Amino acid sequence: MTACREPASVLIERLSNGETTSLELTEACLAEITSHDGAVGAFLHVAGDSARQAAESIDRRRAAGEPLGRLAGLPVAVKDVLVTRDQPTTCGSRMLEGWTPPYDAHTVEKLRDADAVLIGKTNMDEFAMGSTTENSAFGPTRTPWQLDCVAGGSSGGSAAAVSAGFAPLAVGSDTGGSIRQPASFCGVVGLKPSYGRVSRYGLVAYASSLDQVGPFARDVAGAAMLLEVLAGHDRRDGTSVDQPVPPYGQQLEKPVDGLRIGICPDHFGDGLDPEVREAVERALDIYRGLGADVQEIELPHSRFAVACYYLVAPSEASSNLARYDGIHYGRRTDDHDGLVEMYSNSRGAAFGTEVKRRIMLGTYALSAGYYDAYYLKAQKVRRLIQQDYSQAFADVDVIASPVAPTPAVRLGQLTDDPLQMYLADAYTISANLAGLPGVSIPAGFSQDGRPIGLQLLANAFTEDRLLRAAAMHERETDWHLATPTFAGDAC
Amino acid sequence: MSETHSAEPSHGQLTREDVLKVARLARLGLDESEVEEFTGQLGQVLGYVGILEEADTEGVEPLAGASERTDVLREDEPGESLTRDQALSGAPRHDDRFFLVPPVLDTSAE
Repeated sequence: MTACREPASVLIERLSNGETTSLELTEACLAEITSHDGAVGAFLHVAGDSARQAAESIDRRRAAGEPLGRLAGLPVAVKDVLVTRDQPTTCGSRMLEGWTPPYDAHTVEKLRDADAVLIGKTNMDEFAMGSTTENSAFGPTRTPWQLDCVAGGSSGGSAAAVSAGFAPLAVGSDTGGSIRQPASFCGVVGLKPSYGRVSRYGLVAYASSLDQVGPFARDVAGAAMLLEVLAGHDRRDGTSVDQPVPPYGQQLEKPVDGLRIGICPDHFGDGLDPEVREAVERALDIYRGLGADVQEIELPHSRFAVACYYLVAPSEASSNLARYDGIHYGRRTDDHDGLVEMYSNSRGAAFGTEVKRRIMLGTYALSAGYYDAYYLKAQKVRRLIQQDYSQAFADVDVIASPVAPTPAVRLGQLTDDPLQMYLADAYTISANLAGLPGVSIPAGFSQDGRPIGLQLLANAFTEDRLLRAAAMHERETDWHLATPTFAGDAC
Repeated sequence: MSETHSAEPSHGQLTREDVLKVARLARLGLDESEVEEFTGQLGQVLGYVGILEEADTEGVEPLAGASERTDVLREDEPGESLTRDQALSGAPRHDDRFFLVPPVLDTSAE
């Protein structure tokens, strides 16, 4: 078994007591990438040389007894939606192909400050728009468990990288489930923090009121460790919240006393795969066995969540993506007759179909005559959805549900039907609309070997309790210890 | 925006002209097959989001973002910023001083 498939906390321990070096770990990860990433497609850029240099430098500093950061020597993969001053940043788009940004995202600075080894940039749906990573302009990412199935999305590359043992930790972003859903499809832990917990500075914007950066790891302790590094106030993001970052990793062993778990009957209705239902019910039984109180709650407006999201997110996207004008950075076509045509032709040539679809939807929803009926109405429903959760969290600590209605789907299964693809986001998008933290943890497998995740949501800025609740399930199960098989053909 | 559509939302009834108009507003070049594909697909999505009409939002304030923090201010102090070279480093056309664009006062530019 490759060293990089060990949990991050184990690797940190081995690094600090001299059992291994950062260079050894980095080489082990790079070797795994060389062997298997041709089939998986997790990386858009592998930073082999700079990663080796960083690793050697950290090993030297460790040998000299210098103080080191919290992730010192640990390889970390970063979703290609976060800008990096020494690695290309494409967002999975032809629009930004070949672009190296002039600065680092706040979260990338934090990783460097923590002495992480930045091993590469991971594949994603173009501009984070999608649920399968099939919208990447550079080819899809497959789940390492079954190579004819997708890794999920939009952070499919980061989820697959951790699952495959290409890196013990990875960073993703989640606008409507883009961390939690690929975590479920790849059998790893993925956490979306509360809105404002992690700075969005240098996160290429999709839907600014929903976007949030978060960790992927092999276990809950790894996610807690990485969240601790990523979180914190940054004055360059006006929505970043100035609250101290709790030591998430320190309390994990402590169960939540009298844990109250809410379940919403609507989440278990038609369209839920029986094997997913079984996995979620088994997880609830585990919690009951630990003394948790599982009770039904009501989220009366949850049936509007998909419609609300697919107006709010595309509207913000249509505004955010106006910046790709063929002038300041990104692609410009020579095929034009004047300025306006230069904009249209450059954008038409460089954006993929799903990005165009969402820009169109958002522009329509914001345009004169339709603004009140679509965008404003969606914002009002968004408040109702948030209020539902406020009321629910008066009675429960966490809300448990499936992450997605099915395990990983086959490549091409949903690409021709955008509405069906959108409807599959039903379990995850409410957390973004309401600004809540959510985590996906491994909770089983389908009979044919595809991972299934359990989603837990909690009240805003209670990530500490959310992680402790997740750790309770992890201690009772060994789903997170399973190793992917790279089964099936990479068709 | 200066261009307007017909007054009422047209759930599921998107026309080819609607699609062309929105593409123009978004400065988004679409080819013929995309126009056709989007006319159907966007109409379908707009038909679906019509479900929101069933939500009673009488007296409900719109929610723009989860945090609702407003007026986040800081001292107006000069800080680090990109150098000119850095700012120009990704530009498709520049002359080491400025971004270069096609003539703005062009009759074809609406």
